[in-house]
Amino acid sequence: MKLNINGQSHTLDVEPEMPLLWALRDELDIKGPKYGCGIAQCGACTVLLNGEPVRSCSYPVSSADGQQVVSIEGLADKGKLHAVQQAWIDHQVPQCGYCQGGQILAAVSLLKKKPKPTDQDIDAAMTNICRCGTYARMRTAIHAAARQAGGKS
Amino acid sequence: MSLTHLNRRVFLQVNSASAAALSLGFLWPDAGLANTNAEVNAWIEINTDESIVIRYARTEMGQGSRTSAPMLIAEELEADWKKVRVVDVPAHENLRRKRVYGDMASVGSRTIRMSQEYLRKAGAAARIMLIEAAAQRWSVPANECKASLGVVFHPGSGKKLSFGQLAADAAKLTPPKDIPLKDPKTWTIAGKPIPRLDITDIVTGKIRYGVDVQLPGMLHAAIAQSPVFGGKAKSIDSSKVDNRRGIVKVINLGEFVAVVADNWWRAKEALRDVSIDWDNGKNGAVNSASLLQYYREGLTQKEQAVARNDGDAVATLAASQVIEADYYTPYLAHATLEPMVCTALLNGEKLDIWASTQNPESTLTSAASTAEVAQENVRVFAMQMGGGLGRKSPQDFTRQAVAIAMQLPGKPVKLMWSREEDTQHDLYRPASLVRVRAALDDNGKPHAMHIRVSAPSLFSQLLRMPLQNGVDQQAVACFNDHPYAIPHTLVDFAMRSAHVPVGFWRTVGHSQNPLVRECFLDELAHAANKDPLAYRLALLPDNEKANRDKGILQAVAKAADWGKPLPAGVHRGIASVDGYGSWTACVCEVSVSPRGEVKIHRIVIGIDPGYAVNPDNIQAQLQGSVVHGLTAIFWGEMTVKDGRVEQSNFHDYRMMRMNEMPKVETVIAPSGGFWGGVGEPAQAPLAPALGNALFAATGKRIRSLPLKNHGLTLVKA
Repeated sequence: MKLNINGQSHTLDVEPEMPLLWALRDELDIKGPKYGCGIAQCGACTVLLNGEPVRSCSYPVSSADGQQVVSIEGLADKGKLHAVQQAWIDHQVPQCGYCQGGQILAAVSLLKKKPKPTDQDIDAAMTNICRCGTYARMRTAIHAAARQAGGKS
Repeated sequence: MSLTHLNRRVFLQVNSASAAALSLGFLWPDAGLANTNAEVNAWIEINTDESIVIRYARTEMGQGSRTSAPMLIAEELEADWKKVRVVDVPAHENLRRKRVYGDMASVGSRTIRMSQEYLRKAGAAARIMLIEAAAQRWSVPANECKASLGVVFHPGSGKKLSFGQLAADAAKLTPPKDIPLKDPKTWTIAGKPIPRLDITDIVTGKIRYGVDVQLPGMLHAAIAQSPVFGGKAKSIDSSKVDNRRGIVKVINLGEFVAVVADNWWRAKEALRDVSIDWDNGKNGAVNSASLLQYYREGLTQKEQAVARNDGDAVATLAASQVIEADYYTPYLAHATLEPMVCTALLNGEKLDIWASTQNPESTLTSAASTAEVAQENVRVFAMQMGGGLGRKSPQDFTRQAVAIAMQLPGKPVKLMWSREEDTQHDLYRPASLVRVRAALDDNGKPHAMHIRVSAPSLFSQLLRMPLQNGVDQQAVACFNDHPYAIPHTLVDFAMRSAHVPVGFWRTVGHSQNPLVRECFLDELAHAANKDPLAYRLALLPDNEKANRDKGILQAVAKAADWGKPLPAGVHRGIASVDGYGSWTACVCEVSVSPRGEVKIHRIVIGIDPGYAVNPDNIQAQLQGSVVHGLTAIFWGEMTVKDGRVEQSNFHDYRMMRMNEMPKVETVIAPSGGFWGGVGEPAQAPLAPALGNALFAATGKRIRSLPLKNHGLTLVKA
């Protein structure tokens, strides 16, 4: 099967039921998506599939055949950070950082759908677990990224 | 400003140059710069291009000290922070250099408070030597020279030389004996909200955690440990998986069974199809009810160890009307988002380890003893941790990884636990049952108090250390050193040795005992019909420590508008505790619906850590402590059935999420004169402040956690 990951094409010969997470991590050495629970509870494994956040620990790699996958490594555009990444730095969001790749991708997807999200929108979209407790700063950073993007247009 | 991860350079090297690079060993110190840098002392290298390498000897799990500890060195060095890179010291380098870097463990909120003096002195000594080198070159007295932003000046002549130009000469000088330190009031780097050095690598996905180790030919291991603690695998049948794709080896090591494969998912899936005959041992019938009964017996048993005995509490209580209450806090799992992980490579007598570890020196000795190789033959590369919370200090996972690697010599093997193994084979925060009895004097103040703790001992059960006078200091934390003027105080301890393994969980004894102390005090305040803040302030004597309690209580109360009327239905509670060398206080405002829906309208949490080295990071630790605390307060509980833990993953061991996050305001009030920790203490006053607010709102006293067992749910305010 063929996967397009972060703009690069990869050919894979693995079991169709292998979760996308393990194809990425252990077959292709793309380590940004993390294992946290294996049952789609925590979201540390979040990647964007055709722009939509999916929990790759519970998503068969065969369902991603021919699709566009973006992991946290592929979010910056030729070295230029995404507005969400920049807001994450400006507001010093991460602590241990383990969940943050997934959190950032969830936020990117939210802002694509709702460029000016309310707190309720954020609550509904940001369902990944952060064990360090960076929720307050993530909320601030999402609003800041939204303002930043709004300022540009 | 950049952060160099020794480990990441190692990976690049290994990945690009194949296994041959492995045998060359890893670069230390910065190879390639060997001709251009000067090690002024063990902590500081200064290069001719003016870049400064500051070494960091602890580990990073989100607590931020990989940035704040080097800030203290840079402050005294008078370095230009923008030129500073931080490089991790590996444990084997500390061993080789006769522990010049001291303790490497990141536990007990210790990094700053226990190493600040030698870190600051390392920076100051290097600065003195750089100034001396300049003075010699200029033939002027050193005391006429000054250093600032990486440059030494002689104001009289206008001469200046950069650190890079002076470092080689400075490194040859004898280190000074008398090393005065700066007045913190004059700090320019420390004390400022400096961005953490690893944030950019985190948000771009570049940073490598223990789980991300990748080596040529590396294999992956998944394990199953005996579901009943203390059990053993009698026999296994792996015939279903032996010929399955990617499976390399199935190993029965008694305490656990491992499947080794070329992909972790293949290993984990195959493990499910290995049939294992477990011998449960003698604990297969233990359950939560039998454990609680065992704890209850501790409340009244005659044998106990005395932790504190002021006056004569027993006689005073016998002659008084007594207020009595029992408080219970449950077993808890750490649930770091990154599970236990360790990679081991055994090549003959040489052993290399990459681990997410809070204690790399302990990783080294554990690995050496498991493989029976000399400690000098072991290298340990401590990776960024996806959370630690106290779980990654004990080295059970390291010993397991080494035991597996011993079966596959010459092959790197990465062992990672599944979330289910992590949840069901944790070293749990001990449960604790406490009975408090007190008598009030005519003014409504307690004049006698007896606190009996019935709980396991971390030091005895986990660390196998002898207990002084039979007392575990964590089990009686914040009772044995309570600051209140209660003339007759007895604190005693009935040790419980259950089969459930226990460990240090963020905030340890202070994660549970403050609920007892500060809620019971609230009970007394209500019995005396006094304002809970005024009652506390009146009970705190006039001494240095108690004055810090008063200081942080008043600062937090003021920030929280204590005493001002609240909207109808909203109620507040307050608590204060000291721990880890810092003083903390918290105010919570809540309302509770008739259906038990708890809205937290406001949390104000404050800390006096003496000095605030990186205030923004301290704020992050307070915010995180609230989330960690609320998760445990509302939902955290491990239950035991048939000798095993019932919870297995986040669906039944619930974590707080974004939509439940209440508004948190932080107060950072460093009063100076002492150095306290910040990673753990702030969680301590949260549970009692919330418990007291819930009492104010409902009239019902919370004497056990989690709140879900009281029919209370957290809803968005």
